[in-house]
Amino acid sequence: MAGDMKKTALHDLNVDLGAKMVPFAGYNMPVQYPMGVLKEHLHTREAAGLFDVGHMGQVFLVAEDKTFATAAKALEALVPASISDLEPGQQRYTQFLDDDGGILDDLMVSRINMPGHDHMIYLVVNAGCKDADYAHLAANMPDDVAVNIKDDTLSLVALQGPKAVEIIARLNPDIADLVFMTHGEFELELPDGGIYAHVSRSGYTGEDGVEISAHHDHMKRLVGHLLTQEGVAPIGLGARDSLRMEAGLCLYGNDIDTTTSPIEAGLIWSVQKHRRSGEGYKGAARVAADLKVKTRRLVGIKPEGRAPARAHTEIQDVNGNRIGEVTSGGFGPSVSGPVAMGYVDVPHNKSGTAVHLIVRGKALPATVTKLPFVPHNYFRGK
Amino acid sequence: MMKYTESHEWIKVDGDVATVGISDYAAKALGDVVFVELPGVGDDMEAGGEMAVVESVKAASEVYAPVAGEVTEVNEALEGAPETVNAAPTEGGWFVKMTVTDTSALDALMDEAAYKDYCAGL
Repeated sequence: MAGDMKKTALHDLNVDLGAKMVPFAGYNMPVQYPMGVLKEHLHTREAAGLFDVGHMGQVFLVAEDKTFATAAKALEALVPASISDLEPGQQRYTQFLDDDGGILDDLMVSRINMPGHDHMIYLVVNAGCKDADYAHLAANMPDDVAVNIKDDTLSLVALQGPKAVEIIARLNPDIADLVFMTHGEFELELPDGGIYAHVSRSGYTGEDGVEISAHHDHMKRLVGHLLTQEGVAPIGLGARDSLRMEAGLCLYGNDIDTTTSPIEAGLIWSVQKHRRSGEGYKGAARVAADLKVKTRRLVGIKPEGRAPARAHTEIQDVNGNRIGEVTSGGFGPSVSGPVAMGYVDVPHNKSGTAVHLIVRGKALPATVTKLPFVPHNYFRGK
Repeated sequence: MMKYTESHEWIKVDGDVATVGISDYAAKALGDVVFVELPGVGDDMEAGGEMAVVESVKAASEVYAPVAGEVTEVNEALEGAPETVNAAPTEGGWFVKMTVTDTSALDALMDEAAYKDYCAGL
């Protein structure tokens, strides 16, 4: 079984670092390093955490006519976000929707910012969905838009935390000028020679930081160097999950899937106003319908006490009626207590609503709260 | 003398009372413990029956009674300081004190050396 697992380019390094490796989305991935989940989480919020996310899918969409408009129009038929108005260097979060408006995957979309290449669209998709995503793109992209999958050549890491940008900017000071959700191509001056990398000021921890894409061999050198920098520690999937949960960010397969729509999941901010009319892309009717008739919403839930409520915990109103289910839940190290996210029927989604979580047969009191649990620390400019 | 179960609890008998907790091996495998749900004082335990639940940052795991008996005391300090289970699993991180209905049941459990071999084979 383990022999069938795929490995990222950083696999051997992860093992050398003492990582506990577990199967995740078909890959053998580090769930934690010797520091442990709790300390790794807190380290990321205080300094800089380095995450191997090389299992995620990296794809370029390139139109035969070498125009951005052609590729953007093709992608816009599959996602609720507006793509045609992306400027070079801009990045957007969106979702692939099925015909019924259910979420097939969530992804990052970037327009490359490099002379002669700004017609290219770069996507980062979830590891667990990527084979289906690639098939979805192959089936739905017109013949004149090529789908170039780069998993065999490109690695991906995230450097997250308040010190992340200061540390990466030592290799190229221009990176510090990026604001949240922008990116560019940068030469990174490593002690043993420069490498080129795609650097975006984004991530999935709620912290400031970057995601860096580079060729496998270059990435090994970059990571080797970053780990020598004070304040940088390798962080596993365990802390990645508690960090994104405190940040109120959806995890595909937990909080969003084909049974949930972007509006129910509270992702309306990722659907630009002119994309809410009910037309123009797969699933658009569901987006418009969910805005009109409100049935349920993804909310933050703060359990009172210390007992965590895990995914699939039943949520009841104070009278014992079932109103929903927890989709992500656990312990939030920065909150220093349990945190959860889940869907509740409208109008129980209002902040401050008292609810009960049924944990091991007992009703634990909890409160519906606004997300995130920990304020986002994104850099939006000086 | 400390005895161990295959599900990684330890039990130590002192006169009429036995103290129960989870082993160092279990504490390490669970990772950072963030919550422990303990039984009530006076609860009757069956051998192998669910006695407590320990929640780590990763998951919830059940803790089973090594032998039958009645709970006489629970470690209330774990409520405010569940991390003690990681720091000192066989000392300050104990879970419950209980009577032992049939002390001969202890003979079926592993001693330190046997438990060490058992863990090495996992």
